[in-house]
Amino acid sequence: MENPTNLKYSKDHEWLKEEGDKVTVGITYFAQDQLGSLVFVNLPEVGDEITKGEPFCDVESVKAVSDVYSPVSGIVSAINEDLLDNPEKINDDPYDAWFIQVEQITETEELLTAEQYEDFCKEEA
Amino acid sequence: MKLLFEKSIENRRTHYLSACDVPDVELPIKRKTPLGLPQLSETDVTRHYSELESNTFGINDGFYPLGSCTMKYNPKINDKISGLPGFTDIHPLQPQSTVQGLFEALDTAGQYLSEITGMYAMSFQPAAGAHGELASLMMFKKYFEERGETDRVKVIVPDSAHGTNPATVHMCGMKIINLPSNADGCIDLDQLRAVVGPDTAGIMLTNPNTLGIFEEDILEITKIVHNAGGLCYYDGANLNAIAGIMRPGEMGFDCIHLNLHKTFSTPHGGGGPGSGAIGCKEFLYKYLPGPQIVKEGDSYSFKDYEGSIGQILAFYGNTLISLRALAFIMAYGKDGLPIMSKHAVLNANYMKHRLSERFEIFNKGLCMHEFVITMEREAKGSNFTAKDMAKAILDEGMMAPTMYFPLIVKEALMVEPTETEGKETLDRVIDTYISIYDKVMKENTLAGQFPKNTIIGRPDEVGAARNPIVRYSNPNNI
Repeated sequence: MENPTNLKYSKDHEWLKEEGDKVTVGITYFAQDQLGSLVFVNLPEVGDEITKGEPFCDVESVKAVSDVYSPVSGIVSAINEDLLDNPEKINDDPYDAWFIQVEQITETEELLTAEQYEDFCKEEA
Repeated sequence: MKLLFEKSIENRRTHYLSACDVPDVELPIKRKTPLGLPQLSETDVTRHYSELESNTFGINDGFYPLGSCTMKYNPKINDKISGLPGFTDIHPLQPQSTVQGLFEALDTAGQYLSEITGMYAMSFQPAAGAHGELASLMMFKKYFEERGETDRVKVIVPDSAHGTNPATVHMCGMKIINLPSNADGCIDLDQLRAVVGPDTAGIMLTNPNTLGIFEEDILEITKIVHNAGGLCYYDGANLNAIAGIMRPGEMGFDCIHLNLHKTFSTPHGGGGPGSGAIGCKEFLYKYLPGPQIVKEGDSYSFKDYEGSIGQILAFYGNTLISLRALAFIMAYGKDGLPIMSKHAVLNANYMKHRLSERFEIFNKGLCMHEFVITMEREAKGSNFTAKDMAKAILDEGMMAPTMYFPLIVKEALMVEPTETEGKETLDRVIDTYISIYDKVMKENTLAGQFPKNTIIGRPDEVGAARNPIVRYSNPNNI
């Protein structure tokens, strides 16, 4: 699957969509493919403070529970509650299945373009 | 197979009682509908449970090499000792003066386990390993609270650890520091030095670690954590490799849990019940879960220490399980335990050596009581995954190894034969593994087709996890 060029990517396999002061975060096609079919997702709550490089949620597949690391520091302003009942949407369309939106961002890690991210994934695979 | 509820037939009974001569009374909260319990004859019930038994596979049925679980044979002497009427025909609330024999037996078990692990004292309260981990971290927390070191909230857990370790840290309200392993799967000392500090509460480790490798730097590891002011916790899951040979207490650990259902041969799986006995050094003794069994003069009694984290299970844990462990230790004795561990290590190395003719083994050099096969090469090159291999093994009437664990090894199969298997069994198993391997590598399309002979084929794991049916709903009632 193509990684959309309007998004930015972290080395921990999250995608970011930047709109003004707000970013939307999800996990990439590569990430969901590595994890396998997801059966559960645990999201933070609106108002939670999240920190760059630290886990902000976890996803569970049949094999394992994995942390999802935050590429930014800020305050969670929205969560995609739909994923709680339908975690399969992350596998079906990872770029539509956003996890959280973050505002009041104080820090962002160094991000990759779609092209750079694809090269990065080839090295990881 | 149908549930008992589905086999139920209206008015069928095991016993027919004479008419009730107690008058019916009107109660404001009396139940209006029947309970909805299954109605069956004794024949139906007996056959139901026999069918369940025949569909189950346990260590008494065959080889069960579940890595990290130590599925060893449970000697019959354990049941004989724990079934003595002096242990079974007593009540937890009867006067302490009338259960002195049980106290003495438990106290002896605690002393033996302390001696084996290099600890000062044990508590048998925790019901299983993870429960023991939680109790131990609660003790750490209380220790730091009393010392006014409330900033110590970070617990270091290597990325190869059992999932229960980080879960315990989280449950205890502490913070997990995930420590990446080095290329050999061991603790990276520089990384460890970099993460310890004034906020370190401790480290949780197994040794040998989850890959079956002995952490040779263990003294340095515990020293680094102690020098930073933290405590060291030993996860006893892998004690079967070193019992009677080396003591966690001397490696520098302050607190441990033991899975009596692993190393000490009490029933494992199927409801056990388990036992996650914990032990600690003297400076942590008063924090152990209460009450403790103490001997004053010639008599034993329960004592609650001020400072204890409190009671974490009803009464004194699964005492009949603790007694099975005592029977096992006494039957093996001081000379037998090291032989047990040596044979466990020998069996694992024999299997590893012979299987390495075909399979890629993650462990380099000798392993301890278990080893990890990686099928990454076969999965990528021939679409033959660890899961396919495991399913094919089931077809041969033996249990598969642990799959996809530890998480740091791709396409992992983790094999732990234990000491209770003879060379003939190991050879038969190895030949079977190799024959499956050769067959599938010759004809790749076979990989996804196993098992063919088991009661169920490949269950829909994702569907079962996404839409679990955990409760029977009676269509007629409730």
